[in-house]
Amino acid sequence: MNMTDTNSSSTAAASAPGRRQGEVILDLQNISLRFGGVKALTDISFNIREHEVRAIIGPNGAGKSSMLNVINGVYHPQEGRIMFRGEERKKMEPHVAAQQGIARTFQNIALFKGMSVLDNIMTGRNLRMKCNIFQQALWLGPALREEIAHREKVEEIVDFLEIQHIRKTPVGALPYGLQKRVDLGRALAMEPQILLLDEPMAGMNVEEKQDMCRFILDISDQFGTTIVLIEHDMGVVMDISDRVVVLDYGKKIGDGTPHEVRNNQDVINAYLGSGH
Amino acid sequence: MFYRENGQFKTSYAADQEIFTITQDKWFVWGLIAFAALAVPMLVDEYMFRAILIPFLVLSLAALGVNLLVGYCGQITLGAGAFMAIGAYAAYNFMVRIDGMPLIVAMLLGGVSAAAFGIVFGIPSLRVRGLYLAVATLAAQFLCDWAFLRIGWFTNNSSSGSVSVAKLEVLGWIIDSPVEKYLFCLAFVVLFAFIAKNLTRAAIGRQWMAIRDMDVAAEVIGIRPMFAKLSAFAVSSFFVGVAGALWGFVHLGSWEPAAFSVDRSFQLLFMVIIGGMGSVMGSFFGAAFIVILPIFLNQFLPFLGSLFGVTVSTAGVSHAEFIIFGSLIIFFLIVEPHGLARLWSIAKQKLRLWPFPH
Repeated sequence: MNMTDTNSSSTAAASAPGRRQGEVILDLQNISLRFGGVKALTDISFNIREHEVRAIIGPNGAGKSSMLNVINGVYHPQEGRIMFRGEERKKMEPHVAAQQGIARTFQNIALFKGMSVLDNIMTGRNLRMKCNIFQQALWLGPALREEIAHREKVEEIVDFLEIQHIRKTPVGALPYGLQKRVDLGRALAMEPQILLLDEPMAGMNVEEKQDMCRFILDISDQFGTTIVLIEHDMGVVMDISDRVVVLDYGKKIGDGTPHEVRNNQDVINAYLGSGH
Repeated sequence: MFYRENGQFKTSYAADQEIFTITQDKWFVWGLIAFAALAVPMLVDEYMFRAILIPFLVLSLAALGVNLLVGYCGQITLGAGAFMAIGAYAAYNFMVRIDGMPLIVAMLLGGVSAAAFGIVFGIPSLRVRGLYLAVATLAAQFLCDWAFLRIGWFTNNSSSGSVSVAKLEVLGWIIDSPVEKYLFCLAFVVLFAFIAKNLTRAAIGRQWMAIRDMDVAAEVIGIRPMFAKLSAFAVSSFFVGVAGALWGFVHLGSWEPAAFSVDRSFQLLFMVIIGGMGSVMGSFFGAAFIVILPIFLNQFLPFLGSLFGVTVSTAGVSHAEFIIFGSLIIFFLIVEPHGLARLWSIAKQKLRLWPFPH
């Protein structure tokens, strides 16, 4: 059962009052991705609207992470078109996607382990740092001013994520939950338009999950960032997302508001087995 | 008790981003530089300058360059000796072929030439890594060994194959005594150490470390791997090239291609591994360990033997020197795989609490 766009967006707006939902920012059309003979994604189409929280769910191996990798340019689909703000996106490298304002966090935390929390988050701002290597070598004038200006932005993120006490700790020494938070901070430092979160709550306890949910909703409310989220915890998905797309074996089997998806027979079959 | 940051409050981000955030560190390093510049020339004799201090300074500079690439950017190189050679020969050619070329400009141009070659030989790093990259950079070493030996143009067609620099002069200051050479090298090393420190705490250094620690994530947040890796190769080779020019001009005076053989490349890489990867301080520790320890053992072993009434032959001393040196390397790598710099930072950490246990 596939909902039409107009239907699903109007019901989503109704389900989450107060949250703005704008134009389609990213439109994925008939995406197919293969690795040799393995079909990771088959003919998947869905769109992402500005300011919404869009969840991608599905059983293990459904192709959720591959979908995110397609969105930020790590994988290049063999078929299909990606429209970003109405323009077709050519085959692009991840750093070009980053320049367009697509940031992401990783399922298995991919922080820079040897660097401090501050440095990790500062790295997220490197696209906005314009001083050349000679100015940086002398650490004078423009380079110093730029560094300080970005440090101030980074401190705002540190405050937002409540990680002030660990800002100088090497991230390798941090517990898992805090590393996840730093990972989020690094993505936020890019001031992205679209934030891709790959299982932000995996392996967390209830309190940590609640904190993370709060951060995600705050990001959406305060910065208006569009959020695409992969998550296994159905309670979380149903609570915080505006629209949900369900994948199974690389195919889309459901798309709509959390309520619609929950009552979708295909989705129930995929999760619980078709005997029910 | 004396070394702690209690009560040192930072009121601006600029203060918090300084190189030495703890005041005692700042005093210590400036004191050390002042001691090296003012007191050392009065305290030690010519032999110390020639055999220990000048080689130590120049090789620290080269190790620092290698550390930027290996320790900070996570690429491996076995071509450091080649880049030293390029720096030395390029500087020599600039001096010989252009009339009135100032010494310092020639040496910096030598560094620039080395940087250009570093970029070329860094291109394989975009495709291969680890041991494969080591082999690719080794090609630079063999190419340079061959080129400087066989192509007469580089050595200004000198019949013996060795080149020499007649007179070192900077703005009327003629550098001929060991003390002056030492001070000349010291100035270079201090300046470049601060440049290295600045680069590694700035955006470019964060890019290098990001590529080192997690290249996929680095690319996803907008770092271009090509720019990060090749800039690391360029800056590293620049440092190594300037060190090569210093080695040839100031330390050796006249030299042959063998002065920059593959042995030198290995030596520099070992300095970085033993001193501490990803640490400016570690480059100095590594250079000190590798330059000074063999000389120390050489002097100390006969003395130790005489204490026990044993006369150690010269050959015996040099054999024992290798054995002890090798076992010390293994010992330090087992005790602290992150190098002497890590031991240093652990010591500082302990000192902050001393004399209290917690």
